[in-house]
Amino acid sequence: MSILVNKDTRLVVQGITGSEGTFHSDQMLEYGTNIVAGVTPGKGGQKFRDKVPIFNTVADAVKEVGANASVIFVPPPFAADAIMEAADAGVDVVIAITEGIPTADMVTVKAFLESRATRLVGPNCPGVITPGECKIGIMPGFIHKKGRVGVVSKSGTLTYEAVHQLSELGIGQSTCIGIGGDPIIGTTHVDALKLFNADADTDAVIVIGEIGGSAEQEAAVYIKAEMDKPVVAFIAGRTAPPGRRMGHAGAIISGGSGTADEKMTALRAAGATVCESPAVLGDTMQSLLK
Amino acid sequence: MNIHEYQAKDILRNFGVVVPEGKVITAPSEAISAAKGLGTSVVVVKAQIHAGGRGKGGGVKLAKSPEEAGKIASEILGMNLVTHQTGPDGKKVNKVLVEQGLDIATELYVGITLDRTVGQLAIMASTEGGMEIEKVAAETPEKILKEWVDPAAGLRPAQARKLAFGLGLSGDAFKNGVKFIMALYKAYTATDASLFEINPLVVTKDGRVLALDAKINFDDNALYRHKDYFELRDLDEEEPLEVEASKYDLNYIKLDGNVGCMVNGAGLAMATMDIIKLNGGEPANFLDVGGNASPETVENGFKIILADPNVKAVLINIFGGIVRCDRVAKGIIQAAKNVQINVPLIVRLAGTNAEEAAELLANSDVKMEVATTLKEAAEKAVASIA
Repeated sequence: MSILVNKDTRLVVQGITGSEGTFHSDQMLEYGTNIVAGVTPGKGGQKFRDKVPIFNTVADAVKEVGANASVIFVPPPFAADAIMEAADAGVDVVIAITEGIPTADMVTVKAFLESRATRLVGPNCPGVITPGECKIGIMPGFIHKKGRVGVVSKSGTLTYEAVHQLSELGIGQSTCIGIGGDPIIGTTHVDALKLFNADADTDAVIVIGEIGGSAEQEAAVYIKAEMDKPVVAFIAGRTAPPGRRMGHAGAIISGGSGTADEKMTALRAAGATVCESPAVLGDTMQSLLK
Repeated sequence: MNIHEYQAKDILRNFGVVVPEGKVITAPSEAISAAKGLGTSVVVVKAQIHAGGRGKGGGVKLAKSPEEAGKIASEILGMNLVTHQTGPDGKKVNKVLVEQGLDIATELYVGITLDRTVGQLAIMASTEGGMEIEKVAAETPEKILKEWVDPAAGLRPAQARKLAFGLGLSGDAFKNGVKFIMALYKAYTATDASLFEINPLVVTKDGRVLALDAKINFDDNALYRHKDYFELRDLDEEEPLEVEASKYDLNYIKLDGNVGCMVNGAGLAMATMDIIKLNGGEPANFLDVGGNASPETVENGFKIILADPNVKAVLINIFGGIVRCDRVAKGIIQAAKNVQINVPLIVRLAGTNAEEAAELLANSDVKMEVATTLKEAAEKAVASIA
């Protein structure tokens, strides 16, 4: 099973001829992801690496080759438009890797998506991987291992750290989702937890959060009320000063709220096993699975 | 990006948001003529620094004559203003705003920011003007009125009226209040702001509604659409090392500890700071060198970290994903040779080809400790300065 993406995913890469898009399309193809199309306006009719057809629009990619998922490597000024184009073309899931999209653009995107069935993951995220089946995004595929633990995280390299710890211990992953560190994101911790909770092939979940906003507190409410599977959690930024944006646009403690401690307390009270240290995520999961 | 009160008021004025007349000055001698030019019997002299709580710290004072304004300006200019937001060292005042005195009837609050839980802008208003709004929100949340903006409709006049009625405004003050809120929303969206705070918003005895104070933060992601705002940046208000780091495109935030750290990725960078603390140390900084950790960025990272005299050890934590660890190791060795490093250096590379990388590091002629796990790296870093 897994969630969001699998071996049946037919991917279209928006921005496939840009430097990022090209580099990561090669990586995804190497991993075995089924890239059925690329989109670069004006380059329709050409081919990527002599095999992947390039279209002018996402709608063409859906119509001609049946794309059902899209990944976005389009620069920030054009990324919001690219997300809405993909949703308009009717793909099931859009994964936006682009970092630096203006918040006002994302307000528009969020409202636009509400009346459509398309699910957005990101932006400003590493993407989604179902190990052994499909890698969509910029994560290093080979650190992953097929298995039954789900991972959902706002961070890129910190997720790799967690996945690496799991894989080293022989614990594989069902699906790993980078949800992104921006103030407005398509798929939240709660959305991802719901999907994992319903997935027959996921036994437990690692939740990685960070300072800023209240998504982790909302996750705690869901975990307490609905979650049937063990959750291991870590929140980054206990030592972050208030009022400073810590790299991610959304990682900021404002007006005294959004601290790591309040998030950890909420998750702990909801029954999640909260790790004080990011170095013990794998060990903690291992002990829970015994 | 943050800007000064006087800059925020200039921007608001351009969008039809009513603000008091005022003039910003940098020398006490200019204060007298500035005060005379305003034409009110009372003027206010306000320190311009990027921090709240200026009034309580003694940076905002009333003057009953132009001469007194000159005297106050000479006291405030150059002073080290300490507020709850500046830290104990305070901030030096280089500019003051001399502003019209107003005949104030009531002090209110109005603010605009993104409500992340719904992904819409929220307009917040309160009768508790002049107070810290976080405190009001925590203690008397019923005193904060909120209207959410449907992006398709924009802020509707009916919502502005609802807020103005909720604030208890009537007559001219009501009409002016509605106009104020509508203009404020227009300014917010046009400038791609991330926060507007008008605290206090004042109603005068003759029914005028004005922004007595104004705080604006911009959305950094949208600054490419507003290149003219770069001129508003005041480098004196920023940490010098952070200004230096921004020239190299490095995401660096200075902290008070003594273990410098260099990490790829924001989340892992925060987690590394956390684990240093967990092992009994104090992180000296946040530094995200980006996904690739190229030799150039590592070298620049070293320069920035080591320019902080408090740094007694440097911990490098890189997760080599698509960029292999052995390549990162070579970059670190090269960078370490180009920069004089006189403090213990601890390097932890994890991910692809980590073993080859560890061997490269161990056999290099750069003195460093190599760690395999995150925990070991933090322990070694903290132990090296014990």
